[in-house]
Amino acid sequence: MSIIVNEAGKAISRADQRMPISSLLKANMRKIFPDHWSFMLGEIALYSFIILMLTGVYLTVWFKPSMAEIIYAGSYEPLVGIHMSEAYASTLDISFEVRGGLLIRQIHHWAALFFMAAMIVHMFRIFFTGAFRKPRELNWVIGASMFLIVLLEGFAGYSLPDDLLSGVGVRIVAGIVEAIPVVGTYLMFFIFGGEFPGNDFISRLYTFHVLLMPGILLALIGIHLVLIFYHKHTQYPGAGRTNTNVVGYPLFPVYVAKAGGFFFVVFGVTTLIAALVTINPVWNYGPYVPDQVTAGSQPDWYIGFLDGMLRAMPNWETVIGSYTISWNIFLPGVVMPGILTFALILYPFIEGWITGDEREHHILDRPRNRPVRTGIGAAVIAFYGILVINGANDVIAITFNLSINQLIWFTRIGIFVVPPLVFWATHRFCIGLQRRDREKLLHGYESGEVLRLPHGEFIEIHKPISDEEKAVILAKEAIAPLPAPPETDENGVATPGLRGKRLRARLSRLYFGDDVATPTPAEIAEAEHHAHELHDHEVAELESAGKDVPANLP
Amino acid sequence: MSDSQGKDLATVEHGEAPLYPLPPHRPRTTDTDPRAARRAQRQVATQFALSAVLTVGFFVAYWVVPVDQTVELGPFGVWSLSNLLLGLTLGGAILLIGTGAIHWAKKLMSDEEIVDERHPLGSPEEDRAAAKEMFDTGLAESGFAERKIVRRSLIGALLLFPLPFIAFLRDMGPMPGTSLRNTIWKKGTRIVVDVSGQPLRPEDLQVGTLVSASPEGLDEIQEEEGTQNARAKASIILVRMSPDEIRSDQSPEGETWAYEGILAYSKICTHVGCPIALYQRRTHHLLCPCHQSTFDLADSGNVVFGPAARRMPQLPITVDDEGYLVAQSDFTQPVGPSFWERG
Repeated sequence: MSIIVNEAGKAISRADQRMPISSLLKANMRKIFPDHWSFMLGEIALYSFIILMLTGVYLTVWFKPSMAEIIYAGSYEPLVGIHMSEAYASTLDISFEVRGGLLIRQIHHWAALFFMAAMIVHMFRIFFTGAFRKPRELNWVIGASMFLIVLLEGFAGYSLPDDLLSGVGVRIVAGIVEAIPVVGTYLMFFIFGGEFPGNDFISRLYTFHVLLMPGILLALIGIHLVLIFYHKHTQYPGAGRTNTNVVGYPLFPVYVAKAGGFFFVVFGVTTLIAALVTINPVWNYGPYVPDQVTAGSQPDWYIGFLDGMLRAMPNWETVIGSYTISWNIFLPGVVMPGILTFALILYPFIEGWITGDEREHHILDRPRNRPVRTGIGAAVIAFYGILVINGANDVIAITFNLSINQLIWFTRIGIFVVPPLVFWATHRFCIGLQRRDREKLLHGYESGEVLRLPHGEFIEIHKPISDEEKAVILAKEAIAPLPAPPETDENGVATPGLRGKRLRARLSRLYFGDDVATPTPAEIAEAEHHAHELHDHEVAELESAGKDVPANLP
Repeated sequence: MSDSQGKDLATVEHGEAPLYPLPPHRPRTTDTDPRAARRAQRQVATQFALSAVLTVGFFVAYWVVPVDQTVELGPFGVWSLSNLLLGLTLGGAILLIGTGAIHWAKKLMSDEEIVDERHPLGSPEEDRAAAKEMFDTGLAESGFAERKIVRRSLIGALLLFPLPFIAFLRDMGPMPGTSLRNTIWKKGTRIVVDVSGQPLRPEDLQVGTLVSASPEGLDEIQEEEGTQNARAKASIILVRMSPDEIRSDQSPEGETWAYEGILAYSKICTHVGCPIALYQRRTHHLLCPCHQSTFDLADSGNVVFGPAARRMPQLPITVDDEGYLVAQSDFTQPVGPSFWERG
């Protein structure tokens, strides 16, 4: 052991003569990170990415990104003698000829799904707790960009084997590109090297998938992590936690062991799942042939909401002279994803403008304390959920014996009706929780102990909540909505940009108008005083009746 | 500077005291009981040792189990034994390192919470001033501001030089031209069954059947071109219904595109191009499996439901001298998804 420590010490001192290694270690080795299960979601995403790079490199050793047609002569009997692309044949070889090849392929695909899922849940955690607020807006933008890149990256990887299922997906993408007004046809011909499917797409997609996208991702992940390090991690409110400190455990040794160990846990679990659960059995689908398709074709789940949108859209098309605008494809396939992308990336700035909040925030919001934001998040989940369901409407229709036409109509109407309802319900729910917090702070929690007074009245004993709980509730900031702007200043000159300011004040009222005020220290003291008075009186009554006074009464 | 809440940002201090202090640290049994600590140590070491054993197990499986050996696992079906064993040993070996390390951290490493102060994130005022001064000095030394002609010619050159890199992209693909408007169907091209390549006579098709078909010679063209492009457009479906069930088809005045109740429609969906062959015999509806566009083949292939905007193009057919089904001509409109120039 001492040999390892000595040698490491020597190596560091050699390096130190060339770079300030010790200064770097000194600044970061004992860096404090707060502990919470929800902080692991981003870690799962990071580790999945590392697993993807590792397994991806192995796959490139055997995969041949070529659409050249060959006749299969491998060991998978049902496909022997069938015409297929080299890409598909080499995927079969990885699955059937290479020892451990199938395992690596399945780890890669599972890790991609976990990557996507972890990113989405991580983003919702960031969203609901307001972790994107100043000074972390840029990290939100980077994270949201990575989410979009991974969406494309996942779709690219899924398409590379050139099997029947993914080939249909590529055909759909080609159709969406064709629907872009003015440039669509040209774009499609440039992407595919001519008409669909052409001969170039897989090899072009391959470079995109193994070089360009991972390179960009790697750079963005680097910046993402550096910013997390520099800003120091946010923390949940609690006793001993303030906006200017960070409470937790040191990087070395606790998080080296915990986070390092967690990488192995994620990798190990992914590997075990890859051993036990088949994913993307391309040998069952057959090679891509443009005139074949299987019923119940589904994209990987993370693309499902886009497909659901495409399915729900009414068949609108406009012909102007000799030109066609395919609203039925362009709106759900290009415009809506574009709008969603912008809304996602810009949310921190939109909220910042409405609230006018320019302070630094390192204590996370409890979702209930920001009812509008929480409501928006819940409405987005509802919106997304409906589209995912519609993306699988054929399978759902068959499984549950429903009419597919009715399912599509449910989506067409539900997409406008359900999210606002969910927003409203979540908003009310949050306000209710705020009221309960206030109650608990002023009158304690309901202990469940019921006492009968000598004159016959039943009372439930309320007990004060712990200091830790008080610290959590009191961390809520009371924020007043922005006042409505005056129409003119004192000299009667019209306020510049009045409309924008009015909109902002109105939105600010929406954000904070229904806020339940956190009790002031005076109110808390008053409530405690009041409680004592009442109980003194009751205690006196109990004593005069010769009864035992419960010891836990305040 | 103050924010909308009226708090003066300059007075938001570092090191503010929390309302309630950090709760005192509660020692774990491993902190107080040496036996518990030793037990935890054994548990950690056991996990690491098991991991090593499983790695050895991985190599045994790698060398002993052939890659194509399958195993029947009752209700779970047939499995690749190699994948199963390699995955279980490797996955277990990796997982145990992780669980061991986390157990170690949770039981044996200090779990006393430490408080660290946050540092101000921005640059100090004097650094900002110094940086601005340096920038101004540099700018003045470069003459970028005064020497207009240098500045403007540089900006012009910088704006132009990326254009060649856009030009390079031009040869990614050919111009569309009219290629999306034609398929390989011609007058007299025989219709053959998709898989077998057999030419079809009307009597081969019974009323109520739907057959996927393609033009004769498609395989040769595909071989020659080295792509599946021709197939992606030329695929058709043939459907036969009794002539009185056909309410309308796309034949113009004075022409007959159907032959004795046999209709030929493109197989490529007009929405985003999925091939369609889900046919409901009773209603003559054709349903796309991708996005559920529904077409009525007894009524000119019109859209009855779903996101597709255009009816399925019909291929005019007849029979040749030998009695085989042939095309009268190419499709008279583009097949597949709409595009800007389609009109």
